[in-house]
Amino acid sequence: MDVIEEAWTWLTTGSNWTGDGGVWQRLGEHLYLTALCLLIAAAIALPIGLWLGHIGRGGALATNIAGIGRAVPTLAVLILLTVSPLGRSELWPTLIALVLFAIPPLLTNAHLGVREADQNVVEAARGMGMSGGQLLGRVELPLAYPMLMTGVRSATVQVIATATLAAIAGGGGLGRIITDGFSTYRTPQVVAGAVLVAALALLVEGALVIAARLLDPMRGRHRRTEPVAAPVPVAATT
Amino acid sequence: MSKGCLAANDWICGEYLRTRGQELTDATIQHVGITAAAVGIGLLVALPLAVAARRWRPVAPPLLALTTILYTVPSLAMLALLVPILGISVSVVITALVLYSLTILLRNILAGLEGVPEEVREAARGMGYGPLRLLLTVELPLAVPALMAGVRIATVSTIAMTTVGGIIDFGGLGNLLFSGLDSVFKAQVLTASVLCVALAVLADVLLLGVQRLLTPWTRARAATAVAPHRTRAA
Repeated sequence: MDVIEEAWTWLTTGSNWTGDGGVWQRLGEHLYLTALCLLIAAAIALPIGLWLGHIGRGGALATNIAGIGRAVPTLAVLILLTVSPLGRSELWPTLIALVLFAIPPLLTNAHLGVREADQNVVEAARGMGMSGGQLLGRVELPLAYPMLMTGVRSATVQVIATATLAAIAGGGGLGRIITDGFSTYRTPQVVAGAVLVAALALLVEGALVIAARLLDPMRGRHRRTEPVAAPVPVAATT
Repeated sequence: MSKGCLAANDWICGEYLRTRGQELTDATIQHVGITAAAVGIGLLVALPLAVAARRWRPVAPPLLALTTILYTVPSLAMLALLVPILGISVSVVITALVLYSLTILLRNILAGLEGVPEEVREAARGMGYGPLRLLLTVELPLAVPALMAGVRIATVSTIAMTTVGGIIDFGGLGNLLFSGLDSVFKAQVLTASVLCVALAVLADVLLLGVQRLLTPWTRARAATAVAPHRTRAA
């Protein structure tokens, strides 16, 4: 197909990668925004999710937040923020939208992970005289780890996708290559941009799967709750 | 108020609703149409795939892995990749949304089929049920709660993602978001956003009603859904 060939030519042309608006600059913007927003979202969502799971409350909150995150269109929030007074700055609308949509998967999975930690183990630890903090840090957190990492992965994929949409609202990032291509009717550039975005999302997801395995605090040991093989159960939201 | 709010570019504007009622209705109809087509086709594809994955076990893991990979591709990129294949048309948006809904539907239908107790299956076989009759009259009905839970999640996230189709002018209410962004038209952006969320909530409630009607025996219990590994809104 012609378009694929032309897209390949676009990707292999050095001048498209360097300089102002080149792939390297867009990739840098994309990664910077993704990392920044994930850190902010994690700093907000993980303590709340872990704490609610630890004290055994907020189940409804956690499920409802997941439902809201699904039902509210990211694009609508991005555009709402852009036409609001916040839109005068280029950074704020994107930053807020990215953080908002990274919170649900992080919070829900942290909460569920702690909630679904083997209660016999938790009871045993409590019987050994562990304090609340020790229990959370040494028992519940390691047991919740796989689910926690699922949340991190899903938040990351979400943020990368949202950062792509940010280009529609005038932000930077790799999505800009696609939207610029659309507005100038350069289909090869659109396809090249899409390939780059898809490759980035898949590479980051793959890297996180490997990182999660290497960093597992219970690596090589037996874990009873193994949510990797089974799909994560989340109660249906209404 | 009646003269002022459009000129003043207010967020909430009655005049906008009155003068652009037709535009809003058309956009909503397109939105519902795209969502219904996507989830409908998704269901038609996912159902046989789930049955096949259940019958031939080795098929299941690669199939699930493939749909998960598709799910990872950001929506804007998915649309952009489909444009050269399908041209700028509504089928680009519908195809992208079908691919996303497959992940959710396949997982849920498979979980539903796997949740059928072995004793039930044995009993049916003992009564002389063949494989097809077993599937149609025993296994599928018992998988309906899980299937419907999947349909609800898929529908709600599809309604949200349809908006991205606005970039090629086939995004239902998303079209209004795009044109509202270009002209910094606050009332239009807010109205389209609110309608989107309202559609999602309405669809969820309606589907819950359908689920109750289809499975009178589960009315007392709440069905649990197998959520996709992630929430997906972009």
